[in-house]
Amino acid sequence: MRIKSARRTAMNYLIGGLSILATVIVILPLIAILFYLIYKGASSLNLAFFTHIPAPVGEEGGGMANSIVGSGIVLLLASLMGIPIGIAAGVYLAEFGRGKPLGTAVRFTADVLNGVPSIVMGISIYSLIVIRQKHFSALAGGVALAIMMVPTITRTTEEMLALVPHAIREAALGLGVPKWRTAVSVSLRTASPGIITGCMLAFARVAGETAPLLFTAFGNSFWSFKLSEPIAALPLQIYVYAISPYDEWHRLAWAGALVLIVMIMVSVTLVRIFANRGALKGGS
Amino acid sequence: MPPILPNPPAATASGPLLSEDLAPSPIRDFLSKRGSGRIADNSFAAVMLLCALSIFAIVLFILSILIVRSHLSLAQFGWSFFTRSAWDPVSGDFGALPFIYGTLATSFLALLMAVPLALGVAIFLTELCPRVLRAPISFLTELLAAIPSVVYGLWAVFVLVPLMRDTIGPFLVKFFGWTTLFDGANFGVGLLTASMILAIMILPIISSLTRDIMNAVPNSQREAVLALGATRWEMIRIGVLRNSRIGIVGAVMLGLGRALGETMAVTMVIGNHPNISKSLFAPANTLASVIAGEFSEATSDMYLSALIEIGLALFLVTIVVNAIARLMVWAVTRNAPARVH
Repeated sequence: MRIKSARRTAMNYLIGGLSILATVIVILPLIAILFYLIYKGASSLNLAFFTHIPAPVGEEGGGMANSIVGSGIVLLLASLMGIPIGIAAGVYLAEFGRGKPLGTAVRFTADVLNGVPSIVMGISIYSLIVIRQKHFSALAGGVALAIMMVPTITRTTEEMLALVPHAIREAALGLGVPKWRTAVSVSLRTASPGIITGCMLAFARVAGETAPLLFTAFGNSFWSFKLSEPIAALPLQIYVYAISPYDEWHRLAWAGALVLIVMIMVSVTLVRIFANRGALKGGS
Repeated sequence: MPPILPNPPAATASGPLLSEDLAPSPIRDFLSKRGSGRIADNSFAAVMLLCALSIFAIVLFILSILIVRSHLSLAQFGWSFFTRSAWDPVSGDFGALPFIYGTLATSFLALLMAVPLALGVAIFLTELCPRVLRAPISFLTELLAAIPSVVYGLWAVFVLVPLMRDTIGPFLVKFFGWTTLFDGANFGVGLLTASMILAIMILPIISSLTRDIMNAVPNSQREAVLALGATRWEMIRIGVLRNSRIGIVGAVMLGLGRALGETMAVTMVIGNHPNISKSLFAPANTLASVIAGEFSEATSDMYLSALIEIGLALFLVTIVVNAIARLMVWAVTRNAPARVH
């Protein structure tokens, strides 16, 4: 008499096979997308792409230099606004809010806010800033991206700070270091590699966001460095080019998508590498 | 070596350590001169608290500004906005039912395609995968989550849509045409294509959360089931999946929340037509894609107000779905090490 019937054994192998198949099916689109991007985009990547602004419709050539620079400006704005607030909120949650109902409420709200569609943030900032100022602006785009970064950075900062052993904090407090100084010079410093990787993850996530910028930064075909003018951004430009009817613009869209993906993948990989190098092994 | 601290004072009748009995020392002087640091501590805590409250402020701000800006259509249409099927900007007649249908249909189809695959990947990575391959494959699935929506949309427009039109569409009509789900012209863009790209996009979230939930099940459960003579799949089914059912439902709901709000990729392949149709090939529109597509063309105040009301509905629905999902996931992974998603 067999302990395990043939039916059970067969079922076991079947499920094993199905899960391997599922993994293959999942990895396939990723590989397909990456290879297709490289195949379509690499041929259009030349120096002109990185230094020229878009050419008029119908003309060959041109590039996406203003989009890359514009993305950089908007992301810099967003980081300047979002990262300090996010880290401060995370410090509150980890150092002062442990076990308090307010802390739990903030943590829960931050998690829920992470799931709000980015287009809702976009139209809110449109209603707040763009309608009042009566023009699109890089500032509005920066604010829209900043409110997307805050909940993410808050949660990652809190989790990195929670990994700091209590003994270190207690040792500092026992030596007479005030609580605020403990939080800054001891906890934050110990958790700083993890916090930096959290910020880089949030940065990589908003770098690819298009929807919040659609009605705030709006896009621009020319160089723009003023915060009160519409500004081009890489994901925005890719979207506009992708749905356009011109082959030349499609070509540029592929190249732009390749640049965007490479930047994001590089930051995600760096995050993975540095997450394991800090004093605390952590990070996602 | 001279003592750093003076000898402890002798105990007196009123207590051993009254301050006037202590001998002066450099350390004691230094510490008492510095003051209690209460002001700095309290102001620092206040600043941190303010930043933490900014999260509430953001939610309240979004809610209030969306309500204020959509008051025109709220007043005009009331609740019937979500039950009527009109969308006529020219005459100012708006009803969001086609978009609700589009959102629900694409999300449901996307979940139908993504959940089995995500569960399969999670089972493979937690239970069956050789340890060496675990890190690279999980890294690859997380890379899927890092790809921006607009790049998915770009790929979908130029690869998935022709594939749908030329290969998958005729195949589905030939073998499944009897279900009448595939009637009508197939242009490549439509509900089914949008659902497919949505499924690819929500897969990484569901699978990564499911993996965390499955890892949170203690090994004793697995060992107990194996000790009773179960095969590996039975061990997974009884020992792991049964214990993490609530969490997996939560993970699926989080995927649903992401699918409900996904904008760019869906806008590019759904066909942008406010239309309710049984056919899966038909063009449609979702709540998010109608905002993305028509917001910059909203000339009248009523049009803008209607679109912002759709945004409000989207905001509220995703908040509720995400809140329920997070509660479920939290209930299961309460004691496990945390990871942000």
